[in-house]
Amino acid sequence: MKQTEKPDFFDKPENVSLMLKIFYGCCVMLVVLDLVIDRYTYHPLEKLWGFYPIYGFIGCVVLVIVAKWMRRFLMRDEDYYDIPEEKKLAQMQIEKESDHVGH
Amino acid sequence: MWAIELPPFVPFFIAAALALATRGMLRNIIMLAAPVLGGLHLLGVPEGIHLQMSFLGYELVPYRVDKLSLIFGYAFHIAAFIAILYALHIKDTVQQLAGMLYAGSALGAVFAGDLLTLFVFWELLALTSVFLIWARRTTRSYFAGIRYLVIQVASGVVLLAGIIFHAADTGSFEFAEIGTDTLAGWLILLAFGVKCAFPFMHNWLTDAYPEATPTGTVFLSAFTTKVAVYALARSYPGTELLVYVGATMACFPIFFAVIENDLRRVLAYSLINQVGFMVVGIGIGTALSINGAVSHAFNDIIFKGLLFMSMGAVLHMTGRINGSDLGGLYKTMPRTTIFCIIGAASISAFPLFSGFVSKSMVMSAAIEEGYDWIWLMLLFASAGVFHHAGIKIPYFAFFAHDSGIRVSDPPLNMQLAMFIAAALCVTIGAYPSILYGLLPYDTGYSPYDATHVLAQTQLLFFSALAFVWLNRKGLYPPELRSTNLDVEWVYRRLVPNALQIGFARMSVVAALNSALFAKLGSLSPALARQFSAKGMFASTHPVGAMVKTVTVLLAVYLVLSFI
Repeated sequence: MKQTEKPDFFDKPENVSLMLKIFYGCCVMLVVLDLVIDRYTYHPLEKLWGFYPIYGFIGCVVLVIVAKWMRRFLMRDEDYYDIPEEKKLAQMQIEKESDHVGH
Repeated sequence: MWAIELPPFVPFFIAAALALATRGMLRNIIMLAAPVLGGLHLLGVPEGIHLQMSFLGYELVPYRVDKLSLIFGYAFHIAAFIAILYALHIKDTVQQLAGMLYAGSALGAVFAGDLLTLFVFWELLALTSVFLIWARRTTRSYFAGIRYLVIQVASGVVLLAGIIFHAADTGSFEFAEIGTDTLAGWLILLAFGVKCAFPFMHNWLTDAYPEATPTGTVFLSAFTTKVAVYALARSYPGTELLVYVGATMACFPIFFAVIENDLRRVLAYSLINQVGFMVVGIGIGTALSINGAVSHAFNDIIFKGLLFMSMGAVLHMTGRINGSDLGGLYKTMPRTTIFCIIGAASISAFPLFSGFVSKSMVMSAAIEEGYDWIWLMLLFASAGVFHHAGIKIPYFAFFAHDSGIRVSDPPLNMQLAMFIAAALCVTIGAYPSILYGLLPYDTGYSPYDATHVLAQTQLLFFSALAFVWLNRKGLYPPELRSTNLDVEWVYRRLVPNALQIGFARMSVVAALNSALFAKLGSLSPALARQFSAKGMFASTHPVGAMVKTVTVLLAVYLVLSFI
C-alpha cells in the first residue's frame, strides 16, 4: 500500500469494533423481541424459545466445520485438471499442423 | 394489438441478424431495442394460442401465451435488457450475437405450446450459449465449453426420445402436464433435470459458468436453468420426487460454496441452491408453492444476475476472481460494492429485498403441506446461502485483508446495468404486489407480518454471528488456491484414466500376440507364407465368388437333405 493513502473507515480497528458492537446489540435486541412479540406459529418447533437464532447459528457452524472437513479429501492443486488439458491441446495442435503438411 | 402472432423470439433473432451487419452505436441501439420493443409488445399480448400449424398430422403450437409463460417472458426480457446493457462495451461480435440468439431461444422455449418446438429451442439454447463460454478463449474455457455442449445436447437427445415415446402413447405433442406414469414421462423428466442441474447432473453448471466471459456468465445465469424450471412447472407440478430432489439441491451445494475459491464458482453453486427452492415449490404443487417457485425464479434471474455482474466487474477490472487474490476493493470500487451488497441481501432473503417475498412462499407451503424435514432443510439452506453468497462474496472481494489492488468502478454501461438490477431488487422487495400481480394463481399471500419478518431476521443475524465468531476464532476456512473435486471428477479423471489404462493393457496383449506369431512363422515357413500379404488367407475375392460358393453350399445342402 502506498504511504500517502489515507486509512479508510474499515482500516481503523476502533471502527470495526464499533460496528461489531452495534451488530451484537442488534442480535440481542432480536432475541428480546422474540419475548415481546406474540407471533403465530405453524410448527411446534417454532414455539421453542429462540428457535430461529439457535438454528441459524448452529446450522452455520456445522456447515463450516463439515465443509472444512470436506477439504481433507476433496481439495487438490489449483492446476489439477489444467495440466492434462494443456497437454491435450498441445497434442491437438501438433496433429492439426501435420494435417496441413498433407498426406 | 399489432402483429399479435409474432412470437417473442423473432425480434431477438432479427436484431442478431442486423447486429451482424452493423457496427458501433447503430449496433448498440439495435441490440438494446430488441428487448425493449419485444417486452412492450408482450405487455399487450392477451393469453391464448396465437400461432398454430399442422405437421405430419400433428398439431404444432409454436406460440402459446398463458400466465405461467408470461411471467417467464417478462423476466427474460428484463434479464436480456440488463445483460445486453452490461455487455455493451464488448466489441466481440461472436459474443454479442450469441447473447442475442441465446435470449431469443429461451423466449422461444417458454412460449412453445408443443414439445417439438420446445425441443428445437432446447437445443438452440445449448448451441448459442456455448459461444459465450468459448469467447473467453482460454484452454479451460475451450474444454469446459466442449463438456457443456456434450451434456446439453445429450439432454436434448433424451428429450427427443421422451417426446417420441410420449407422442406414441398419447398421439399428441402438446406441452402440458406429463407426469411420471410412463417411460416417456421419466425420459422427459431426466432431460429437464439435466438442464435444471439436478444432483449428480449439476456439474456442467459449476464447470462452465465460471469459465465464460465476465459478460457471458450474466446471460448464462439467467436463461438455461430457468427454462428448465419453467418446463418442470409446466409438466411436473405436484410430483413428490421433486420435493426431495429440490431439498438436496438446496443443501449440498452450500458446502462446496464455502470452500470454493473462485467467487464466480461460488455463485454457480448458490445458483443450484436457489433452483433447489424452486424445484421444491414445484414438487409440493399447491397454488402457493407454485407461485413461490415461479416468483423466486423471477427474482433469482435479477439478483443472481446482479451478483454475477458485480463479480464480472471485479474480474473485468482486476483480471482476478479468486477470493485468495482479492480484498479491500471497496476503497476504489464503492458503487460495485454497494450493488453487490444489494444482490447479496436479496439472495439471502432479507426483508425489504426481493428474495424475501418469494422464498418465504415456498417455506410456508412446505410447512402447510406437512413436509417438516424438508422445511428444516430449506431453513438450513437459507442460513447457508446467506453465509456463502450473502457474506462470503462481498466480504472476500471487497473487504477482508487489503490485497493492495486499486482499480476504479467498471465502465458506465456496466454500472448502469447493475443499478437497474439493484433498483428492481429493492422495488420488488418493498412492493411485492407488483410481482404478485403477475403470478399464475391468486393466493392473497402477504410476506410482511411480524412472524415472518422477525423469524427471517433472527435466522440471518445469527448466521452472520456464526460467521463473525468463526472468523474471530480463526476457525473459518481461509480462501486457498485449489480445485475441489465434485461429480465431474468421474468424467474428467476416473473414466479417461481407466480407458487409458485399458488401452495400454490392450497394446501389451497385441505386442505379445505379434511376438507369438513371429515365433510360429519361424516354425513353419510354408504355412507362414500363406498368412503373409501374398498368401492364400490374405487374398481378396470378388462378390461373385461368394455368390458362387453360397450356391454350391446350398446345392450340397439340398442333395444332403434327400439322403
